[in-house]
Amino acid sequence: MAKKNTANSQTEWDYAASPESTSHIRLEKKYQLFINNEWVEPSSKKYFPTINPATEDVLAEIAWATDADVDKAVKAARKAYTEVWSKMSGAERGKYIYRIARMMQERAREFAVIESLDSGKPIRESRDVDVPLACNHFFYYAGWADKLEYAMPHKKPEALGVAGQIIPWNFPLLMAAWKIAPALAAGNTVVLKPAETTSLTALKLAEIIKDSGLPPGVVNIVTGYGDTGAAIVNHPDVDKIAFTGSTNVGKIIQRAVAGTHKKTTLELGGKSANIIFDDAPIDQAVEGIINGIFFNQGHVCCAGSRLFVQENVADLVIKKLKARMESLYVGDPLDKNTDIGAINSKEQLDTINKYIKIGKAEGAEIYQSDCSIPSKGFFCKPTLFTGVSQSHVITQEEIFGPVLTIQTFRTIDEVIQKANNTPYGLAAGVWTDKGSRIFNLTTKLRAGVIWANTYNKFDPVSPFGGYKESGFGREGGVHGLSAYLK
Amino acid sequence: MKKTYNPSLMLSNTRIDKVGVEERVARFQTRSIKNESKKQGLHMVLNMIDLTTLEGKDTPGKVQQMCYKAQHLHDVHPGLPTVAAVCVYPSMVSIARKALGNSSVKIASVSTAFPSGQSTREIKLADTKFAVEQGADEIDMVISRGKFLAGEYSFVFDEIAAIKEACGKARLKVILETGELCTLDHVRMASDIAIHAGADFIKTSTGKIQPAATMQVTYTMLMAIKDYYDQTGIMIGMKPAGGISTAKLALHNLVMVKEILGNPWLSNEWFRFGASSLANDVLMQLMKSESGLYQSPDYFSID
Repeated sequence: MAKKNTANSQTEWDYAASPESTSHIRLEKKYQLFINNEWVEPSSKKYFPTINPATEDVLAEIAWATDADVDKAVKAARKAYTEVWSKMSGAERGKYIYRIARMMQERAREFAVIESLDSGKPIRESRDVDVPLACNHFFYYAGWADKLEYAMPHKKPEALGVAGQIIPWNFPLLMAAWKIAPALAAGNTVVLKPAETTSLTALKLAEIIKDSGLPPGVVNIVTGYGDTGAAIVNHPDVDKIAFTGSTNVGKIIQRAVAGTHKKTTLELGGKSANIIFDDAPIDQAVEGIINGIFFNQGHVCCAGSRLFVQENVADLVIKKLKARMESLYVGDPLDKNTDIGAINSKEQLDTINKYIKIGKAEGAEIYQSDCSIPSKGFFCKPTLFTGVSQSHVITQEEIFGPVLTIQTFRTIDEVIQKANNTPYGLAAGVWTDKGSRIFNLTTKLRAGVIWANTYNKFDPVSPFGGYKESGFGREGGVHGLSAYLK
Repeated sequence: MKKTYNPSLMLSNTRIDKVGVEERVARFQTRSIKNESKKQGLHMVLNMIDLTTLEGKDTPGKVQQMCYKAQHLHDVHPGLPTVAAVCVYPSMVSIARKALGNSSVKIASVSTAFPSGQSTREIKLADTKFAVEQGADEIDMVISRGKFLAGEYSFVFDEIAAIKEACGKARLKVILETGELCTLDHVRMASDIAIHAGADFIKTSTGKIQPAATMQVTYTMLMAIKDYYDQTGIMIGMKPAGGISTAKLALHNLVMVKEILGNPWLSNEWFRFGASSLANDVLMQLMKSESGLYQSPDYFSID
């Protein structure tokens, strides 16, 4: 007997929940400060909770370092620098850095899960982007440790001493790697402060550093809020301040170090232009727009948050963009199919919502994807604003969330002028089929990084950093080494 | 009114960035399909297969056996669907017709001097009419790749339109043979030409040329279908053929269809897999999802 050929005209097919397991991770209830390869209590005896932004559950208690604790950490770093690290050959230093890289790789899954739990970013990104890139930074700089003379020909490169490093919450482990790896390769010792909402992966990295046998005091990790960071910046025995974070805090740091011997690199905010010409590969450009603004919930300093589309393809691009937004999955960061996870903190969600409100009040037209978002935790729907101008607050200020503004343009000169018309200058994207146009724009756009027919691509060999109020100094590549050498 | 090749009707922008396509496709491949979704997906895959034999050494016996398998994929496992169709040469259509009786499994016949298409218009039309007369429900034609690569797009367009006419009620699948088109830009252009000339389905490959149905190529063709649907509201079907031999790859293709075109395309009316060995891998995965263990391939019939 013939069976029925079940040709349903309408099938409903969706992805079942596919959460990454958390059974293999180890988290302490309470984390101490990591100083001199030991876990020490903060002198204040004060701790603060770190929460999972997707559920608002407390993950662990984190030590709050005071000025005295920072002083202890800087002293440990100074002692390690003078007695051990500055005397060690580059080849030996390189061995330790390689070892850390390999141990991170071995525990990549644990790092990825903890990163997603603590920061809210989707596991797909922490697994495929953050953790592998962080490992690669250690591998890359390990290779330079015994070749510094070749990195700086005709100079005699010397380490600076003790580096104070303050990192943000958007790429917690990756930023720790960006800071620690070149500092160690160049022969410095480190006092690092992770952001208060995302201390866990830096503390897991401390476990690896301890296990790797790195000499005590070479890397110290002190956790806390802004006051802890200020204690590092103001400590007289710190030779170098490396900071990634907001432009406002960057300015405070710049004032604080003025007149001191401290070298500084600042990697600050951005409001980067993503420019689509009419001859661009439109479908791939739409992917680039999505990746530019919705990667890591838009918590990316180089996010392509200002979209410029040539007017004759604007309708098509916006239509395709909206359709593509509908296929994004927003929700549980640990689900392997989640595209957009949780906003990092209540505070940041409030900031984003404030800007969405401003955008509406300014008369811009809002579009949000039709997805449902969890009732618990901090979530924000992917959002577009059309009908905006250079004068709108939402096109001028960094929102640091999944919010895109769209403007159209007619001529190349117009788009260059508008793209540069911002106090920031971190990144830009250019989408066109014409090679000559790409090179024309790269010479005229005042941005530290310019991507052609792609966006948000990172690699340890490629320097990264800003123009204007997006900061100064470069991280990554050979340029990233020079920030830690004199 | 006779259709003619008119590039201005097609979406003016058909530039494709290969690197971007590869990146997008990799994203589909990271989708995790588990439990119920997997089971439902595998059932769908089975029901979308065009079980195929296209060899010079095909015999009536082989076609009959394949027709039986098409309706009885794995009888020890109740509740399985049939495949969508069997796909054979025109000379085997009458044998398949007889073997399938009044089954709802369709008969697809290749035509137009498959696989090379190196023949005259008259012969291609006669080939098509013969297959339809013999009882084919669907015609899988090949485009003239030589003419396409030479830039004679009107010729390619007119040929497809003529074959469509010769099909009568049979649905027309147009094989682009993407492995010979060299670039994704060409794949997109050939897709647009086929769709506008009257294709009911567009299909990647004959299975005789490598590479065949890569996800990059299928993605590019799905985007052409989407753009046409957005412009006109008319649905066009898609058939990747050749090289999809594992359940995992088939599920990734479904993910792609779902995320680009949406659920309405997730039936064998609009999506097919041209494959010969895919069915058994899907069956093996389905049995494994019940028992937790992989059975020996010897438990799955080869017809």
